[in-house]
Amino acid sequence: MSERPIRVLVAKPGLDGHDRGAKVIAQALRDAGMEVIYTGLRQTPEQIVEAALQEDVQVVGLSILSGAHMHLFPAVVEGLRAQGADDILVVGGGIIPDEDIPLLKEAGIAEIFGPGTPTTEIIRFIREEVAKRFPKGRENDGKD
Amino acid sequence: MFEKEKLESIRAATREYQERLEAQVKKRPERQASFATDSGIEIKTLYTPEDIADLDYERDLGFPGSYPFTRGVQPNMYRGRLWTMRQYAGFGTAEETNARFRYLLEQGQTGLSVAFDLPTQIGYDSDHPLARGEVGKVGVAIDSLEDMETLFEGIPLDKVSTSMTINSPAAILLAMYIAVAEKQGVTPDKLNGTIQNDILKEYIARGTYIFPPGPSMRLITDIFAYCSKNVPSWNTISISGYHIREAGSTAVQEVAFTLADGIAYVQAAIDAGLNVDDFAPRLSFFFNAHLNFFEEIAKFRAARRLWAKIMKERFGAKNPRSWMLRFHTQTAGCSLTAQQPMVNIMRTAFEALSAVLGGTQSLHTNSYDEALALPSDESVLIALRTQQVIGYEIGVTDTVDPLGGSYYIESLTNEIEEKAMAYIKKIDELGGAPEAIEFMQKEIKDSAYRYQMDIESGKKVVIGINKFQMEYEKPKNLLKVDPAVAERQTAKLRALKARRDNQKVKKVLSNLREAASTKENLMPLFIDAVKAYATLGEICDTLREVFGEYRQQIVF
Repeated sequence: MSERPIRVLVAKPGLDGHDRGAKVIAQALRDAGMEVIYTGLRQTPEQIVEAALQEDVQVVGLSILSGAHMHLFPAVVEGLRAQGADDILVVGGGIIPDEDIPLLKEAGIAEIFGPGTPTTEIIRFIREEVAKRFPKGRENDGKD
Repeated sequence: MFEKEKLESIRAATREYQERLEAQVKKRPERQASFATDSGIEIKTLYTPEDIADLDYERDLGFPGSYPFTRGVQPNMYRGRLWTMRQYAGFGTAEETNARFRYLLEQGQTGLSVAFDLPTQIGYDSDHPLARGEVGKVGVAIDSLEDMETLFEGIPLDKVSTSMTINSPAAILLAMYIAVAEKQGVTPDKLNGTIQNDILKEYIARGTYIFPPGPSMRLITDIFAYCSKNVPSWNTISISGYHIREAGSTAVQEVAFTLADGIAYVQAAIDAGLNVDDFAPRLSFFFNAHLNFFEEIAKFRAARRLWAKIMKERFGAKNPRSWMLRFHTQTAGCSLTAQQPMVNIMRTAFEALSAVLGGTQSLHTNSYDEALALPSDESVLIALRTQQVIGYEIGVTDTVDPLGGSYYIESLTNEIEEKAMAYIKKIDELGGAPEAIEFMQKEIKDSAYRYQMDIESGKKVVIGINKFQMEYEKPKNLLKVDPAVAERQTAKLRALKARRDNQKVKKVLSNLREAASTKENLMPLFIDAVKAYATLGEICDTLREVFGEYRQQIVF
């Protein structure tokens, strides 16, 4: 695993203003030693992809509670792929019905964390996945 | 409250009790090293007359229906009429929501509460690119007066009271409601209901803002002025702590930030030249009912007393109705779990009971499946029945403020008031609520994080999350919004735009553009615009040109 901290973009796609979860996760990841950027509300998939590239993150965490996840989550993954950044880990959370989860995973969202998930579980998942995806750490993966 | 000698003897007896208590605790330690409310107020083992020795009955509690209204806003409270049972509902198209409204009215619900979808709340039509995936999801999609006519089809607007959760474009939706009523032959003076219209908490906690604070406050004072003359029974604002609490604040912060917002609205209206007693009687409030039972009851009582003092002493209001804090309550959505969801019925029932013991004027009870989806017909019925059990079966409505005089409740009421007042002072020092948005956001965020960490450490027990976990059956029949809603809504919009008098639409929008840059009251122009079937998106875009848009400061 990289000696430099894991960098994470926490993003709120869509129009809903419920950012309690996003902010709690952002702070928990930061307290766990990660570098965290929070986008604020109402980000389009295009804006999120751009921020992810600009900030050179390894992880994008998406939070949505309005029910628009089936449109917006896959759009972020596709946007990253189009930019050749498909190694970035994308995870999501919010009010996501069970039957949507397999579809989202097929679309490239690595994991969905529903209500009641302990932050420690999210931290563990991110650490393990990033170690797999970026074995040499962030600065050596050939992208900037 | 008590005679001096009596207090002395109670004090002596308390000391003896303390000694016995310490011996007992030494032998058998208590469940926790210390006990505290959600706001962090330390809870003692026992409360006695000593804890409220300074309480002056007439000054601090008084009689229900009289200043300072600690015990309630009506002299006989629920012995006269129960609170309004008002379930927030809305999804998909106006047709579907109209059907849910009729179902709820048939089941004995006494008021309507409209949930709008996010594009409507942010002033985008259903065909806007940013509306993609959002149309009809968290509420009903309203693009024009045509949708509003469908929404209230067959519901006589002089017979129901309607609450609308709409903020930034509140004036436009109210204009539509007035126009629908007119078509039913109902004049504006016969209309009863509420628009949320509370933009400050949108900046602070809820997120559906459009315009910057200045023009937003102007829209609000335009509504105050217009309604005081034309729609006198309308609640022109519902100053909301609900979403502040949902965002993670404590009970004390909920009271403090809500009343600080209230102070800002009153001040803005006075600055706009209105007389306080002309609009203040129509201000209403909206609070959360969370799990910490006694603290919640005390919170409602403290908020009522504090607002009465603020209106009388700070703003010099003379009309007793201006001093009254009347409020709607919703049980805490954030207290619901996706795990073992039937347990949510119990949580909601206790929360609802605290709102009733706290003297609420209307109530929404959440449905048990809401951590998973929008509520189904079945789950929303149980939620309504929960209110009916409290109202009709368990006797808590037979006397006013039954917990008044409880040593614990009165002591908590005092503490919450004091701590909320300290926050309000701090916000005043920062220049008032509009200047203190980021301060409040930071306080809320810190509380939310503490709450989550308390759950993860097990300090705070949540059944099904960190205690008594088990395999459970997921509820079936979860409500799913038909994905075709967006297409139907967009087609309807296209047809409307082809059918209406587009010259007239141009004219009303250009009139609005002109008036928006003056100080003219915009309400009559909104009514003209919606009657010409200008869409919500067109009207909001016109205002965006003049007012600009709000950009959020990221507090993290």
